Amino acid sequence: MSLVAPGHPLLELQDLHVHYGAIHAIKGISLSVRQGEILTLIGSNGAGKSTTLRAISALVRASGGRILYRGHAIQGYRADQVVGMGIAHCPEGRGVFPAFTVRENLEVGAFLRKDREGIEADIETAFTRFPVLRQRARQPAGTLSGGEQQMLAISRALMCRPALLLLDEPSLGLAPQVVQTIFAIIREINRAGTTILLVEQNAHMALQVAHQACVLDVGTVVASGPAADLARSDEVKKAYLGGH
Amino acid sequence: MTASPWAGKAGALRPGTAAAATAGVTPFAVGLLLAAALQYAVGPAVGPFFSDLLIKIGINVILAVSLNVVNGYTGQFSIGHAGFMAVGGYAAGALTYYTSMLAWGGPQVQGGVFGVGSALFVGACLVGGLVAAAAGWAVGLPSLRLRGDYLAIVTLGFGEIVRVLLQQTQDVPFTADEARALSPVEMATHLGGSLGFSGIPFYTNLFWVWCFVTLTLLVAYRLKESTFGRAFLSIRENEIAAEAMGVDTTRYKVRAFVIAAFFAGVAGALFAHKIGTTLNPRELGFMKSFDIVIMVVLGGMGSISGATIAAVLLTVLPEALRGAADYRMIVYALMLVLVMIVRPQGLFGIREIWELPPFARRRGR
Ligand SMILES: Nc1ncnc2c1ncn2[C@@H]1O[C@H](COP(=O)(O)OP(=O)(O)OP(=O)(O)O)[C@@H](O)[C@H]1O
Ligand SMILES: [Mg+2]
Repeated sequence: MSLVAPGHPLLELQDLHVHYGAIHAIKGISLSVRQGEILTLIGSNGAGKSTTLRAISALVRASGGRILYRGHAIQGYRADQVVGMGIAHCPEGRGVFPAFTVRENLEVGAFLRKDREGIEADIETAFTRFPVLRQRARQPAGTLSGGEQQMLAISRALMCRPALLLLDEPSLGLAPQVVQTIFAIIREINRAGTTILLVEQNAHMALQVAHQACVLDVGTVVASGPAADLARSDEVKKAYLGGH
Repeated sequence: MTASPWAGKAGALRPGTAAAATAGVTPFAVGLLLAAALQYAVGPAVGPFFSDLLIKIGINVILAVSLNVVNGYTGQFSIGHAGFMAVGGYAAGALTYYTSMLAWGGPQVQGGVFGVGSALFVGACLVGGLVAAAAGWAVGLPSLRLRGDYLAIVTLGFGEIVRVLLQQTQDVPFTADEARALSPVEMATHLGGSLGFSGIPFYTNLFWVWCFVTLTLLVAYRLKESTFGRAFLSIRENEIAAEAMGVDTTRYKVRAFVIAAFFAGVAGALFAHKIGTTLNPRELGFMKSFDIVIMVVLGGMGSISGATIAAVLLTVLPEALRGAADYRMIVYALMLVLVMIVRPQGLFGIREIWELPPFARRRGR
């Protein structure tokens, strides 16, 4: 697959539809995430944010439309193939492997890689980024606090060295201070070259770190544009930034 | 905190194929020596009753450790393991019986422990395993695509179908002439029906059983420590997250299922050739599957040593309770309830006995 120059679309959704049985969860979403950017997807509960991420990472099947990654249609591939292409999904609710140690969780994140030294180096990077993970390296992940599990989940997703990171509500259920830390790290990961599609309930924080934003409502995009513009928009303010 | 205790461990996680092959040689040699010791020293010393018990223990260890690959490692719930045991047992039994009939005119044992008959027998065990593995693939591929409890239902149904089909088969021919009159296809339909398949030569002995136990334990252990094992266990831990990490969950589940079915087939073959066995479809029905499930749950889903110890306990226990055979299921049920209250993760949970305190500290874990 060809390299994508900064500023060009890395991922494009064109008229994406997803059905869960009879439920039409995504009703024709189009958006584009450019190389090197953070795009945030905000919207109320049940808007279809997680479903959009699941469709991209092939955890659910798109029932219509196209998903283009580096210009190639990728719908129809299996989830493991999509990971192999460089798209990592950090699912909602963290989803760590509870009986595995922290270290074992990170190793599974590198499941498709064979370069043992590179993997060790990346584990070291994760431990440097989140020192608490180093302290807990041999502890079962299920015994970590919620914030620590989130740090582990993000680190684990990065273990496959993704070009595109799909983050689903990394701030969910975390204390404000921890949320600050997580968002600082998200920014740092992005600066280091990873493009990020960030789903958030915490629209306030999300619009601060993101370059672009998309507002979803019951399966359709109702607003999109530069994050700073949306943060100023009265409509978004009223609906998602605690204007009620 | 230093990274040093992990240096060796991380290496062990992804052994190269060559390393994996040679690493198995020493333990396998040790296993062979133990099996020989059982055959030539322990067996004669303890007499036929305890020899038979040691053979039963070995067969149950193979069954429990192999079912553990599916139910323990990948967290799927198969309750039809005895069905694969039956498939393997009948395939192997038919192979040795009919071959003996055609080649030697009767089902008598030919040669000693390493004689020509034993070669046929070991070959038949492997064939039984392969036939069971093929059945495992056919059952697993459609049902493991789906998440949830379909597998339990499908495997339950599979076990019952196998039982019913075997009960429909015709009588086994008693003489070489009758056997010669049958075509190979007819042989497959003359397996004794509901009265059972008697006359299979008694090749199973302590040596061969414990060779296969060694093989099973080694494969189970190498699997658990390999990339495969990581994939299996991650599916059990969180299937969606495993998928998101790039694990092809369907493929790995099918692999686990096929491997487990293979060893169930081998166990069935060993059982079929055991002294005193009349292969009977009823004996390899749901109750047998249930016994194996209990061994795995009791030992700790995912723990090889746990499954082994539970298999030993649950083979010895019925013998000890022989006078109270009617209460066996009650004792089992009570024991399960007790374990679920005291240790819901089973005796050892996902870990091995040496990874738990007080053993763990010495190994730096
Ligand atoms: N497995 C499923 N089966 C049926 N319906 C589903 C399933 N998953 C999600 N849905 C439905 O699809 C719609 C979108 O769900 P989704 O999880 O994508 O929302 P979301 O925007 O992530 O919400 P939240 O902010 O609460 O996480 C909802 O109406 C939900 O009920
Ligand atoms: Mg969601």
